[in-house]
Amino acid sequence: MGDGDAPAIFDQPEVARIFREESGRSVATLIRVVGDIDLAEDAVQEAFAVALRKWPAHGLPPNPGGWITTTARNRALDRLRREARGRELLGEVAVLSSGDQEPGMPEEVGPVQDDRLRLIFTCCHPALSTQAQVALTLRLLGGLSTDEVARAFLVTEPTMATRLVRAKHKIKAARIPYRVPGEHELPDRLRPVLAVVYLVYTAGLTSPANPDLCAEAIRLARILAALMPDEPEVAGLLALLLLTESRRASRLAPDGSLVVLGEQDRTRWDQALIAEGQAIVRRCLRRNQPGPYQLQAAINAVHADAPTVEETDWSQIVALYDHLLAVAPTPVVALNRAIAIGEVQGPAAALALVEELDLDNYHPFHATRADLLGRLGRHREAAVAYQRAAAMAPTDAERDFLRRGGRASR
Amino acid sequence: MTQYLLSVHSVDGEVGNPMTEEEMQQSWKQIQLLNQELKSAGAWVFSGRLHDPDTATVVRISDGEVVTTDGPFVEAREHLGGFYIIQAEDLDAALVWASKATAAVGKPIEVWPFAATEA
Repeated sequence: MGDGDAPAIFDQPEVARIFREESGRSVATLIRVVGDIDLAEDAVQEAFAVALRKWPAHGLPPNPGGWITTTARNRALDRLRREARGRELLGEVAVLSSGDQEPGMPEEVGPVQDDRLRLIFTCCHPALSTQAQVALTLRLLGGLSTDEVARAFLVTEPTMATRLVRAKHKIKAARIPYRVPGEHELPDRLRPVLAVVYLVYTAGLTSPANPDLCAEAIRLARILAALMPDEPEVAGLLALLLLTESRRASRLAPDGSLVVLGEQDRTRWDQALIAEGQAIVRRCLRRNQPGPYQLQAAINAVHADAPTVEETDWSQIVALYDHLLAVAPTPVVALNRAIAIGEVQGPAAALALVEELDLDNYHPFHATRADLLGRLGRHREAAVAYQRAAAMAPTDAERDFLRRGGRASR
Repeated sequence: MTQYLLSVHSVDGEVGNPMTEEEMQQSWKQIQLLNQELKSAGAWVFSGRLHDPDTATVVRISDGEVVTTDGPFVEAREHLGGFYIIQAEDLDAALVWASKATAAVGKPIEVWPFAATEA
């Protein structure tokens, strides 16, 4: 590992699996109990080190996650007591206020208020930068090592370590609270949480590195959906990720170049993920409280329904984009709506809409223009637009795709 | 309880929309109301508006001698226009006061935690 975060744990696949699944929950509980993020992280790491020594000889305990949390809690409280001897108050160490629980009180986690929910709202507090929000969420909830988070975002390990230390210091110094926001704050506070999970997913799409950030984002979205069953946008985000994920295998050609939706091999789409995503979309439709994530999920559900690109219900997609544009009036949404309109009314109508958009720095804008110009027989202009798009594309796969004039290599 | 500095950021020569007499009265009234609210909630520690940066003086030690010069220390377009010191349970509580303060003074507010605040 060479990381210091998780010594030798990954040598044992079973413990590694449990670590990935349980460490977020244990860290979240420990932060509530001891009121300090670093102490909580250390204690959970120590508990896994103990597990590595004990479990191979004694076998797995009946509830490994619970065992880790209890062991970590005992270790952390021991350490607090030892340190508190020199000081007067145990409570002095507890700096994160959860508002309803004194630190040091061992209490089992109820089903109503999972500590992971407090943790994600603290990690994604709007007083922290988006970069810090993403890093903290992956580190504390996802159980990724600092090195893994660094690699996922193409920065060096020391840079990422500094970013994490700074963010944790701000949480402590500015006293960012450790609690789930009240009903009236929730709309504002949920937005960055959903944005972080979505960002983790899209980062996974463009950097298909180890660890798999797409899988991590879906895991986080599942946790959120289970913990906040009454938030339609949380369900919408999960559905959107599942439906996008169903096409991931067919998104890239064997040589790594991009394959557009219309040219993908639809037999390779993951039907189990599609079924799960579409079921959530149907539940959202019945609830009828649409938001941007639910609408994007619904658009993807329509695509997933079509056995071939020709059979796509484009008028349904245009209607959904109309709705999406009303709730999220951004030029990017307008661009995607124009593409859908192009499928219904033809490329001239779409191009007229596209030309009105101020998206000069967004490479899909130029790629879309290029495609529409090509379909209108304006090949010279199309070639120029493809060059502009290729020059701005972030990945080699997309650059190659655009240089070939928007066609997959065969 | 943590103490926070809520600093009011003013921009030099901001001539965009000079306040009318009536707007100034209105703003003044809102600031008074906010001070009362802070005090009755037990959150108020101190607050005050500052004169222009031209009125500031800088004192420093140079080669063991006290040197006094015309201020401000940092020549910047933005300067400290005034500040509140409040105490609050956590950052969220401080941010609620900050949003009331920015609405009253019509300028951005920076929220800073104080380092040692436990009395």
